[in-house]
Formats: sequence, C-alpha cells, structure tokens
Amino acid sequence: MTSESPGTDAHSAQEADLLAQALALVGQEQYHEVGEFPVERGYIWTSCASVENGNPLFWDDQVAEALTDGPIAPPTMVSVWFRPHNWAPGRTEVALPLQVHFDLKALFNLPEAVMTDNTIEFHAPVRLGDVLRTHQVLRSVSGPKTTKLGRGRFWVIDVVYANQDAELVAVESYTGFGYRRTGEGSGE
Amino acid sequence: MASLTPTLLFDDVHPGDTLPQLRYEVTATAVVLGALATRDWRPMHHDKDFAVNRNGTQDIFLNTPNQAAWFERYLTDWTGPHGRLGRVTFRMHGSVFPNDLMTFSAVVEGTEVDEVGCGFVTLAVTLAVDGDTKTTCAARIAVPRTVDDNPWARRGDQWRPSPSTS
Repeated sequence: MTSESPGTDAHSAQEADLLAQALALVGQEQYHEVGEFPVERGYIWTSCASVENGNPLFWDDQVAEALTDGPIAPPTMVSVWFRPHNWAPGRTEVALPLQVHFDLKALFNLPEAVMTDNTIEFHAPVRLGDVLRTHQVLRSVSGPKTTKLGRGRFWVIDVVYANQDAELVAVESYTGFGYRRTGEGSGE
Repeated sequence: MASLTPTLLFDDVHPGDTLPQLRYEVTATAVVLGALATRDWRPMHHDKDFAVNRNGTQDIFLNTPNQAAWFERYLTDWTGPHGRLGRVTFRMHGSVFPNDLMTFSAVVEGTEVDEVGCGFVTLAVTLAVDGDTKTTCAARIAVPRTVDDNPWARRGDQWRPSPSTS
C-alpha cells in the first residue's frame, strides 16, 4: 500500500528537480560492462547445492550433451556472472552491481532500498566459458511514495545480458524501492 | 546417465493442475550459502546486526537471486530436465528468515502452443511461510510436446520466451 507524500513548496520544487535529473536518464544505455570471469562450473554446483537442485542437466555431462549440446548454467543464475568481485587488484572502492540502482539512491538521498519485483526473460543458454556483457537501462522513476517501510521512490531498471558472440542471453527487469525509514530525519 | 525420456509432456498438463508442494526449513547457513552462491556480498544477507539495525528486519534474509534459484529448482523438479524456463516474474511480499519453513506450491494457469510450435505452460507459484505469502512467481516454462521434442533445441526466432503481445 502506498500513498503520495505531501510537502512544502520548496521541498516539492527540490523533489521535482531531482526527479527531472533522474528522468533524463530514462531509456539511456548505461554501464556497459564485461563479466569479470568466465562462466564456470564451481559456481553452478554451489548454486545448485544452495537450493538442492538435482537437475541432471547441471550434474550429468551426457544429459547436457544430449539436451543442450553441452553443459549450461541454470538460467536463473544469469545475474551471478556479472556481479563484481568484492575486491580486485587496483580497486579502491567496492564495485556495486546494478549501479543505476545505487546512483538513484544517492541522487535522492535514500539510504535504504529493497527490490519489490524482478522479471527475467531467458534467451540463449549460458554456457561454460561464456563471458557475459551487460548494460543497464533505467525505465521509470516514480514520484514520492510512502509505504510501511518508509518514504521514498520506486524505479524500474533493465539489465540486458549478451554473450561474447553478441547473442542475447537474458533481459532482467528490477523494480526497486529506495526509502528513508519512517521517523528518520530527511537530511535534506 | 539419467533417462533422456521426457518426464512431463505438454498434453499431460491442464489448467488447474497443482504441483506437489516443496517444504524446506531455512537455516542461517542456507541464507549465507544462497547469498555467496549468487555473489551477493551485501551485509543484510550475512550480518544479523546490519539486517536488524540498518534494514529494520528481524534477521538476515534470503536474497532475490537465490529465491529465483529456489523457484527454478521447484519448477524443474516437476518438468524434468527438458523443461526450459522462458520467463519469470517475482514479487516480494515479505522476507524469508532463518528458522522459517518455506512451502512452495503452484497451480497451472494456462497452456499454449506458440506461433512456432513450442508448448508453454504458465503457472502461479507461491512461496509461503506459516501460510503467509512471502513471494509470488508468475512463470512461463516450455515442456516437450512429444517424446522426441526438446525445447532446448530451439534457437533464434524459434525460441520465444515471452508471450506474443499481438
């Protein structure tokens, strides 16, 4: 359940300005990135183990050869392959996945965020050795909303994944809610 | 080698069919393993102090990509390895914490043979804890139409993971 949040004229003008800055990014391709490592089996098995997934497609090479022309990754793992290492040589700041999401949190000065919806459309299978390419596209940003979590905004971000041969692998769409917990000062 | 005979065929599926439930008791290890398996280093999935005092939640909680893996496992337990996910949409209504007993259930909402002859099943899947819905998932998954059919063999324009909007 959400509700519109009333505000003063000055505050409303500031909110409108921030919203205009965000809306200017809608539809633009941002953060073209290449995965930091090739798709590999260790993570596939760790993921399957985490949910006790015994699908022979991921454990039996003969089944994989017969059905998918060789081993593939579980489709829902697609976001795993572009999440950055928590540290890498020469990196001075923690790299963040879904950077557009964090950009919006910073722009609107919203310290907390949750993902409320997530849609994934699966295209070509992800295969061992693939190095995925991604980019992010902001699709929409809402006006101020108040939910049981606090006051903030909803936004929708697409992540487009392709493999090294430019085949479309997946399109993932996230709906996030960036917010400030009820009772906290605005800091603005 | 596991059998290559499809375990579920399109004609065996009908709207209103229900899937066997899957129950799993979540532990802190399961939450942390799921986060690390998905390369999600954010502290609310492994640091209870952060989760409680920063996020305002009761404990660490399952992350979204790991929940996606749970839904995939649940669906392909039913279809067998021939099942090929086309599209999933998750909506998170509440968090899943250690000591929660997750129950997955699903009902077939429809079946469709698309313009290129691929058989898709649409399902409404629910993850609940103590009867409270935590996450819902609208799933579209391809299953073989015959024993010789294999949705994974489809390439390019022969694979249409989302329903036609025309």
